[in-house]
Amino acid sequence: MSAITPSASPLQKLRSLGSVRSLPGPRRILLHTLLIGVALVMLYPLLWMLSSSLKPDTEIFTHPGLIPNELHPRNYSEGWSGSGNSFSLYITNSLIVTIGAVIGNVISCSLAAYAFARFEFRGKKIWFGLMLGTLMLPLQATLIPQYTIFYNLTWINTFLPLIVPKFLATDAFFIFLMVQFIRSIPRELDQAAMMDGANPLQIYVRIILPLMKPALVTTTIFTFIWTYDDFLSQLVYLQQNARFTVPLGLTLFLDKTSGSSYGAMFAMSTLALAPTLICFLVFQKRLVEGLATTGMKG
Amino acid sequence: MTTARSDAAVGEEPAAPAKPAGPADRRERERLRRRAARRRGGGWWPYVFLAPWFAGLFGLTIYPMLDSLYLSFTDFDLLTPARWIGARNYTHMFSDDPVFWDSVHATLLYVAVSVPLKLALALGVALLLNRPLKGIGVYRAAFYLPSLLGGAVAVAIVWRQVFGGDGLFNDFLGWFGIKGQDWISSPDTSIYTLILLAVWQFGTPMVIFLAGLKQLPKDVYEAAAIDGAGTLTRFFRITLPLLTPIVFFNLVLQIIDGFKTFTPAYVVSNGTGGPLDSTMLYSLYLYKKGFTDLQMGYASALAWVLFLVIAGFTAVNFVASRYWVHYDD
Repeated sequence: MSAITPSASPLQKLRSLGSVRSLPGPRRILLHTLLIGVALVMLYPLLWMLSSSLKPDTEIFTHPGLIPNELHPRNYSEGWSGSGNSFSLYITNSLIVTIGAVIGNVISCSLAAYAFARFEFRGKKIWFGLMLGTLMLPLQATLIPQYTIFYNLTWINTFLPLIVPKFLATDAFFIFLMVQFIRSIPRELDQAAMMDGANPLQIYVRIILPLMKPALVTTTIFTFIWTYDDFLSQLVYLQQNARFTVPLGLTLFLDKTSGSSYGAMFAMSTLALAPTLICFLVFQKRLVEGLATTGMKG
Repeated sequence: MTTARSDAAVGEEPAAPAKPAGPADRRERERLRRRAARRRGGGWWPYVFLAPWFAGLFGLTIYPMLDSLYLSFTDFDLLTPARWIGARNYTHMFSDDPVFWDSVHATLLYVAVSVPLKLALALGVALLLNRPLKGIGVYRAAFYLPSLLGGAVAVAIVWRQVFGGDGLFNDFLGWFGIKGQDWISSPDTSIYTLILLAVWQFGTPMVIFLAGLKQLPKDVYEAAAIDGAGTLTRFFRITLPLLTPIVFFNLVLQIIDGFKTFTPAYVVSNGTGGPLDSTMLYSLYLYKKGFTDLQMGYASALAWVLFLVIAGFTAVNFVASRYWVHYDD
């Protein structure tokens, strides 16, 4: 991990560009063929899901090709109104949870990161070590006592157990990412502001936050995707259908796959993946870089 | 990992003294140094910024860990107060809970098979992508995409259909004249469909390998090329040794990740861990005990065993790494 620096410098980028000499013809074709082959295998299940979502149920397993004989968009409308509640409810619930989590992570993790990156205080090394230690701690280890805490607070079946922890900087991954980033911001800026009489809070708001926008964007995207896709904690804390999020709504299709709802199930699965896919397409470069920077999770 | 920077920031310590320092000077310097450190410390400011994190650390991590340790020695169903039963949860777990052993078996198999395959594939593809080639970004995106979807329920649902009796995988086998079976509902193969799903998501370690490959010193390769080293020699003598810190990093992360896997096992088996507990990954068993059977005490014991096993694996990894991971310095 130590060898990897946050976001490649312009110089590094230039150098790596400079090294793009094309391979000799036959080897290049061979390499492309190999890579296209692997890419097809990688993406085939997803394409299959997309194509199945547009096929009539009778065709999904009898007609394995990717191109449907006839388009059957009704799957989407059926799935949308399908399982217990309308899917628009699940999407609204998911939005509440993810937006709350994003705001919480951005605020609390940047505050903690600022303290770790810019101040000396008693036991800092120990606290920092503990913070990194929590990165390795499996969710399962604290799940049950956390559940009893939230149960006693009568927060079960509300979104609070999914949002409030994010305001308490429980995602150490992002603290670590931001600490690394703040260390790359020159200290002279803080000191100049301090000369002008700014206190640490003002420095954080006026100088650090605006300068660490790239790290905040990475945090936003990853928090969004991971919270949106997260299943275990939503399964544990949300028990009533009216509170269900998208992943929970999807599992309702599994209970009644005996009937003829395969098309609808694939349609809603496709829709469920859409936000992540769109995020990925829009922020592809930043996602991959943000991951290479610290390289955790996923 | 470098943590706290004990930096001597601008103008705090007087530069090398002109005269040899007497004891008074030294005391004065010490006093100045301490005052500067206090100023840099910012008094109570760091604690203000860390307040939410401290609340989270103590309220949602340390206290729950201790509470969980206590609960693991009790019989607790959430609705009535916990009843102390000593080590009974642990003795029951190890001596007469066959499902516990099924879950240990399934999880160890899952980790032991999926992690090496995943890492090998990630490294192989990263090596291919480390070539000068047009459209490399598109490939990188295509290979990373499945990993980004991670434990999404939708992916697990698709997987369940792909390996079902009349699913995509059997169609594929059909091209080669092989007659398939229902891979999900056969206890011999169901766990391998989950392993395949994990391997399919090799993108995260791949991206990390790629970042590492980009940083390898070029001159070493040029020197090796002059000495006439072939591709394989270069890989085993240069690339792999230089990359061992990153292999190690990926290995530790993937093992931890493997032990935590929950969603695909839950979705593929409809929450049962079946057939015949073959997909009863440890996390799924823990969930069932805690939240389906409301045996919170027993589930806490399971959680502590998981925590200790993960910590143990990580520690062993770190100790073993001394013998095979090469650092520059």
